[in-house]
Amino acid sequence: MGEGSRVGLALTGISHRYRALQVLENVSLTVAPGEVTVLIGPSGCGKSTLLSIAGGLLKPDAGRVEWEGVLAPDCLNPFATVFQDFALLPWRSVAGNIGLALEHTELTKPKRAVRIAEVLELTGLADFARAWPRQLSGGMRQRVGIARALAVRPAIMLMDEPLSALDAQTRALLLDEFAALIARAGTTTLYVTHNLAEAVRLGHQIVVLSRRPGRVRAIERIDLPLGDRSPEDSDLRAIESRLWAMIRDEASAAEKEAGHDHA
Amino acid sequence: MTTPDPHAPVQLSGPVPFRAGGFAPRVIPLAGAATLIGLIALWQAGAMAGLIDTLFLPPPFAIATALWNLAVSGELWKHFSASLMRLAIGWSAGTVAGLALGLAVGLTTILRSPGMAVVSALFPIPKIALVPLFIIWFGIGEGSKDITLAFGVFFPTVINTAAGVDAVPRSLIRMGQSFGLSRAAIIAKIVLPGALPSILAGFRITAAIAIILLVAAEMIGADRGIGSFVLAAGNLYDTDNLMAGIVVLSLMGLAVSFVLGRLEKRLLRWR
Ligand SMILES: Nc1ncnc2c1ncn2[C@@H]1O[C@H](COP(=O)(O)OP(=O)(O)OP(=O)(O)O)[C@@H](O)[C@H]1O
Ligand SMILES: [Mg+2]
Repeated sequence: MGEGSRVGLALTGISHRYRALQVLENVSLTVAPGEVTVLIGPSGCGKSTLLSIAGGLLKPDAGRVEWEGVLAPDCLNPFATVFQDFALLPWRSVAGNIGLALEHTELTKPKRAVRIAEVLELTGLADFARAWPRQLSGGMRQRVGIARALAVRPAIMLMDEPLSALDAQTRALLLDEFAALIARAGTTTLYVTHNLAEAVRLGHQIVVLSRRPGRVRAIERIDLPLGDRSPEDSDLRAIESRLWAMIRDEASAAEKEAGHDHA
Repeated sequence: MTTPDPHAPVQLSGPVPFRAGGFAPRVIPLAGAATLIGLIALWQAGAMAGLIDTLFLPPPFAIATALWNLAVSGELWKHFSASLMRLAIGWSAGTVAGLALGLAVGLTTILRSPGMAVVSALFPIPKIALVPLFIIWFGIGEGSKDITLAFGVFFPTVINTAAGVDAVPRSLIRMGQSFGLSRAAIIAKIVLPGALPSILAGFRITAAIAIILLVAAEMIGADRGIGSFVLAAGNLYDTDNLMAGIVVLSLMGLAVSFVLGRLEKRLLRWR
């Protein structure tokens, strides 16, 4: 992988509403090529919606999403998504699930098999190629989700709370693996999370959204390479507390508003 | 005896009582077969002891003899093959049409409400009541019987297929879209396999319905088929042959259920 695609995204003036519910309001941000941009913000502020819009899965009411860069010839799909609930087909084996992302491409069957073997190796799943999803633990299932995304050699990875369905230990393990995989592939990544430790571990750019309707409240940059970040790093801890202060204000205000709505 | 003071503290010591027994029946191998064999033996013994009037209920041995004679004379095959043919044609036609409309109802906005309205209106009609009408429409021959079966099979197939499609998690369909699968590929690789458990469960129901309607249609107008054979035997008070026909019908039901069980095991082994 490595010397692959380099594509950046620019979102300009994105607004979106679901019927009467204004979810996003005039959100603008850029996702630099090869960087991880983390979206954080209180529950319901429109993070998943913004991710769908960025990936071309949802048309915004207003605003533009543009990309700029070069696609490597081996890229089969500019976007790949990793889902919170893994979204594996229970009737396909691990290898079959990864293959799903490749079947409609021009790749020949033997070449597909090579790619599948490659990403299985990369994600530590080599011994589980023929297993059914139900036979795997949550962490292993999400490794399949990652492997499936990597198999298309995407230019941009969209990850919506990929670790939040997992227990704390598995989360910590996978977080380090993500960091290594992303750093190695150099894939532009948009990553949604509620977890600030994940945000500072992975993010080159952390975008804090306000409560609904989501607007960009702050952007935090961390230029330390992913490989050099340790959980004890005091600069990172300081950023984490700063983010927490912002999120806490927004979240508690959102809670109170929700309370009024119900009264 | 003095009533205990309800406010006095209760002293506890020793092991905590086990409170979670029951509700988990186990499968005892061969117990089912043994029960059936036991009942048949009891039936035979009752007839031999003179406790059961053999004209009203022939003993198992007499039924077996009648079956054997029918098989040897070729009579059994004549009726059985006619029934099997109707079952195959009627069930397949109803299933194919039901799958198509069920998918359309599950997948398209245009057909969803109209399709469900028609199905809800027609499903409750007892299909047996339609046999005379179908005979007027399609004649007394095979057509009216095949149509009766197909009609009866069609509606539950639509309902089960649409329910199966609805039960496919939206997140899987979104996953397919996000990986750039075409609409056809999403249907073939995500929707259909996801709906398969419900569709196969529907097959069990429609197979039973098809056998019931088969017999009813054959009793109303046919000179071949297990249903007409049972009716004719009844008219002659030939209870041995009548029961032999019923045994053949129940064996047909068992065979269908066995085949579907194998199919489910094979196709749903991922569960
Ligand atoms: N398809 C939809 N139709 C109507 N409302 C929706 C739809 N999708 C999301 N919403 C609503 O829009 C708001 C934003 O949803 P979104 O999923 O983008 O938020 P989020 O920030 O990802 O939330 P969470 O942190 O809980 O995942 C929520 O109030 C949600 O209920
Ligand atoms: Mg979300």
